[in-house]
Amino acid sequence: MEFNLGFLIISVLKIAAMLGWIYGLLWALGHASRAIKAVGIVLAFAVIQLALSVQIDDSMVFNDFDRGLLFQACAMAMVVLGLNLIYGFNGQFSLGQWGFYGIGAYAAADVTYRWTDGDARGLLVLGIGVILGGLTIWGISQLLTRYAGMPVLSAFTLYLIGSVAAGGIAVWLGGALNGLLSPLFGTRDAPGLLSSAPTLQMVFFLAVLFAGAFAAEVSFLFGLPVLTLGSDYFGIATLGFTIVVNTLMVNSDTILPFPEMKGGRGMIGIPKLTTWFWAFLFLVLVIIVMRNLIHSSTGRAIMSVREDETAAKVMGIDVASNKLLAFVIGSFFAGIGGGVYAHFIGFLSPGTFDFLVGFNPLIIVVFGGLGSMSGSIAASFGWIFFLEGLLRVILGQMGTEAPTWRFVLYPIALLLLMLVRPQGLLGRAEWGFLRAPQVPPRVSEEPRRTPVPTGE
Amino acid sequence: MSPTPAIDPEIPTLHIRGLTKFFGGLRAVSEFDLTVGNGELAGLIGPNGAGKTTVFNMISGLYLPTHGDIYFQGESTVGMEPFEITQLGIGRTFQNIRLFPSLTVLDNVRIAYHPHAGYGMFDAVVRNRKFGTKERELTERAQDFLAIFKLERIQHELAKNLPYGQQRRVEIARALASNPRLLLLDEPAAGMNPAEIVTLMELIHFIRDRFDLTILLIEHQMRVVMGICEHITVMDFGEVIARGTPKEIQGNVRCIEAYLGKGAASVA
Repeated sequence: MEFNLGFLIISVLKIAAMLGWIYGLLWALGHASRAIKAVGIVLAFAVIQLALSVQIDDSMVFNDFDRGLLFQACAMAMVVLGLNLIYGFNGQFSLGQWGFYGIGAYAAADVTYRWTDGDARGLLVLGIGVILGGLTIWGISQLLTRYAGMPVLSAFTLYLIGSVAAGGIAVWLGGALNGLLSPLFGTRDAPGLLSSAPTLQMVFFLAVLFAGAFAAEVSFLFGLPVLTLGSDYFGIATLGFTIVVNTLMVNSDTILPFPEMKGGRGMIGIPKLTTWFWAFLFLVLVIIVMRNLIHSSTGRAIMSVREDETAAKVMGIDVASNKLLAFVIGSFFAGIGGGVYAHFIGFLSPGTFDFLVGFNPLIIVVFGGLGSMSGSIAASFGWIFFLEGLLRVILGQMGTEAPTWRFVLYPIALLLLMLVRPQGLLGRAEWGFLRAPQVPPRVSEEPRRTPVPTGE
Repeated sequence: MSPTPAIDPEIPTLHIRGLTKFFGGLRAVSEFDLTVGNGELAGLIGPNGAGKTTVFNMISGLYLPTHGDIYFQGESTVGMEPFEITQLGIGRTFQNIRLFPSLTVLDNVRIAYHPHAGYGMFDAVVRNRKFGTKERELTERAQDFLAIFKLERIQHELAKNLPYGQQRRVEIARALASNPRLLLLDEPAAGMNPAEIVTLMELIHFIRDRFDLTILLIEHQMRVVMGICEHITVMDFGEVIARGTPKEIQGNVRCIEAYLGKGAASVA
């Protein structure tokens, strides 16, 4: 048993560096000057890219292990930001985030897996299905505005029938179009246009987006009836959802027609397409979308639902739609995170998406601070780098079974945090870009004609 | 913001007919009738448990009446969602103040503008020019309201940190920001001292004249009701027992009985 102090120091420095990096990125994104913004983003990207490629002695600054942590943290940050939107900002206690993460991971992985196999059906069916499904849902919602007061379950039935029909059309259309596309893949010896690396990169990008959109549409169908439940019951129902998704994953080759997912044995051979460029791009996109949404009228409406549903209703806010909106967008982020995750790890096992592991995002979101986006991002990176990085290796040096102790240590840390700082590490504080735009107080200009009574 | 629709002075702002609400076997409100004319300042009084707040909740759509009709500017609102009724032009405050506690004063008021924000989610996400102008307009209008209520200096305070009197003012400001034609005030003077009540009465008069509102208020403080209401309806056990001007109500034997018990009228 040997304890490596140098490793400990370097790991702590790496965690501090990652948190500093996040702060710097958010600061640059939030800067008023466009030039600094652009330079900051490029710099933030380049610093990590360098750390991943510059070699010192016999190892990179960020070795393969750190690289895995980095991508895992990016994916986790997206999942946790989505959960924060649902739980932290909209006040709906959800355990379903992990299920949507899994849906995103498997959907995106299936697309690229099939593509590298010379089968375009994955992309075609998912893409057409998501677009058609989205259009169908939008169309039905427009139609339903004319029939106010329709029971939720009737509306749900309509949406479900519409989505299933859209899915059916997508499968048929995808199969037909695939026949046209398959010659373009070429053979192993003479790869065609569609087998080229740039095409694959584009397919990956689309796959992740479509996987997110697919998770969002599933969450719409699931959330529509279930969000009418109170928050606690909603939590139980979403837990059920995660279990359903997990069960379907375990049996994906038997009860679902996806032999390539290989059920409980796990899906292997997913092309490892997630580069730092993609992870960074998706993370920044998610951060920007989330921030722009929160600091807008829609964001305020979402928060008012958390604060007081009755008051929100009386203020003219459609509480049901706003809950659904937050849930759908949160799931979209989770789906994107899943797509990013699947393509760096290259292997998907249903065990990863077990509902027990699904508590991790919940813990992280509480840890970082409910209602703080900066807290979510910082806690995701801190959590992964500390728990999976530092603790795992440090404990690993103390014996082969010792890393299990981290599951004793972190709950204690969590307990202490809840006692000392129940609002989470950051509370509701935000960093740089994520801070609410300042509105300067107005000093009254002209003397009013009518004397105004004050209540002091 | 949508332009204020033209008001037909012939149609009463609020017209309620035969409104009844059962909670299980309990009859909370029974055959309640009320007409509030355009620009009127009407009061609804009665002992605790008389069903006043239940009537308010039915008008604002939080409760569905067992039977009866509610017409707002001639349009039936029964069965509408609360947010639709608010967007139609009925604003309200609550007996136990219901602000958005951990949002700032400014955001509390800005939320009331959400239905008239003038931009959608997409505009917000891409931060286009439409978002910029509309959001600025919206913030400026909210700040106008804060200025009217002398709240502009505390716009960044969280609502939960304010003293009681200011919370009341924020709640009224927020209700007004939802652009109502009819304002329902549920016990606005609750928990206020006599000096605060005087300023509140001035405030209610002021907002009615300034925003050209019709106001219906529930109140226990007789000084408020008798001081500012032009028309009073008295409820007891879910039924209307008297209606008239403050003068008429003050001499009404049934009202004195409802408040003080049988026999009190002869003693008084």
